Amino acid sequence: MYTFGPAEWQAIDVTLRLCLYTTIILLLLATPLAWWLAKGRSRGRDVVQAIVSLPLVLPPTVLGFYLLVAMGPRGILGKTLEDLGFHHLAFSFEGILIASILYSMPFAVQPLTEAFSHLGRRPVEVASSLGAGAIDRFGTVIFPLTRSGFVVAATLTFAHTMGEFGVILMLGGSIPGETRVLSVLIYDHAEAMNYEAAHSLSLMLLIFAFVTLLVVYSFTRRFQVVRL
Amino acid sequence: MPLFAKPGRLLLPLTLMLLTTALHAGDPVRIAAASDLRYALDDIVNLYREVHPDTAIEVIYGSSGKMTTQIINGAPYDIFFSADIAFPQQLKEKGLTTTEPAVYAIGRIVIWSNTLNAAKLTLEDLTSDAITRVAIAQPAHAPYGLRAKEAMQAAGVWDAVQSKLVFGENIAHAAQMAESGAAQVGIIALSLARFPELARHDHYLIDNALHNPLTQGYVVTRRGGNMPEALAFAGFMATDKVHDIMIRYGFVMPE
Repeated sequence: MYTFGPAEWQAIDVTLRLCLYTTIILLLLATPLAWWLAKGRSRGRDVVQAIVSLPLVLPPTVLGFYLLVAMGPRGILGKTLEDLGFHHLAFSFEGILIASILYSMPFAVQPLTEAFSHLGRRPVEVASSLGAGAIDRFGTVIFPLTRSGFVVAATLTFAHTMGEFGVILMLGGSIPGETRVLSVLIYDHAEAMNYEAAHSLSLMLLIFAFVTLLVVYSFTRRFQVVRL
Repeated sequence: MPLFAKPGRLLLPLTLMLLTTALHAGDPVRIAAASDLRYALDDIVNLYREVHPDTAIEVIYGSSGKMTTQIINGAPYDIFFSADIAFPQQLKEKGLTTTEPAVYAIGRIVIWSNTLNAAKLTLEDLTSDAITRVAIAQPAHAPYGLRAKEAMQAAGVWDAVQSKLVFGENIAHAAQMAESGAAQVGIIALSLARFPELARHDHYLIDNALHNPLTQGYVVTRRGGNMPEALAFAGFMATDKVHDIMIRYGFVMPE
């Protein structure tokens, strides 16, 4: 059996940090956005929904290319940061974190939107009439009723971030400890004809992906709140 | 003890010192290298680590053209080993380098196959119907791919072979395509064909009169110029021990 070396552990560390941060940040951003998409009446919803879902159909290279152009030292974002005395974002962990947040956005927003729209107006109105404030309503009524939506959103975001490859390759290069995530390391091992290492990491990711989907499907079946 | 009498006074310089050492300690020498060096440079870095166990070195391999684009876009590389000295020169023109681009080796290309006896193959044989897939590196940004294209053009087989070509993202990728058998034949770097895994099979050395020379150059980037360890490693490349390793992998040393 192949044992992981420092390069593998380093990639596992980068990958887990990336997945964790992406999931936390994305849930915070996606919750109000999904609520607005599910409950709002604005005509702009279709446009926003389309933008959020873009990563589902867009080649990762398109997103990677534009982010590289924007985040590099000559890009709008990168140059502004450099002028302010910070470092630009291309080829950095922060850069691939921003990319992951954009790239996994639909996987957080869609299950939550679905869960919120199944919720109906009634429970919230009742809670409101009983004098519950906004935060109270969310904590005691909305969240418990849509919990499985949150579980599905978090699991899918985490797993999808782990499966990211194209965007990270374009934007991150393959810098150990910074942007060399597991999928990129596997690519690198395969290219170096280091098949044994590529195989054990691939097998690990395969099992992880299967277990993740199993969790998601068992949750959706049990609660019948979100259908994928 | 007077030293500890006023700890508040020491706090700021001490924190600053810790911070700066932490910053420096966290930054290894990052080398961007052309993929034909994949095995030779690994050996060289391992040798360097024996002599300088305190220097942390990381090597990232890719095609020379892609590495150049990455450096222009701000990639944090300290030394760049290109398969074509034209790329480090481009970086120099953009003011992104510290040292003068220098030649470290001349590369060669070979025909290699996992299924056929490549020693008996010539460029003309690539037109044969028995060969359906030929792997080369992407000529647009990989020097070894461009030289393979030039050699096929000079041999007059380019038009016939073109429809059979599969393109690796860099020369190691092309070699891997041939190694896996997905392409029957690959035109790859001699340095990769010398790697034990691939050296199990013979290769055919392509006449270097058929293509422009693979003059491989390296440079310390502007970023690496602030790093004594990067300059030290660059200096190490000129030693006999390193030349021996490079020659073992089939590189011709510049005079």
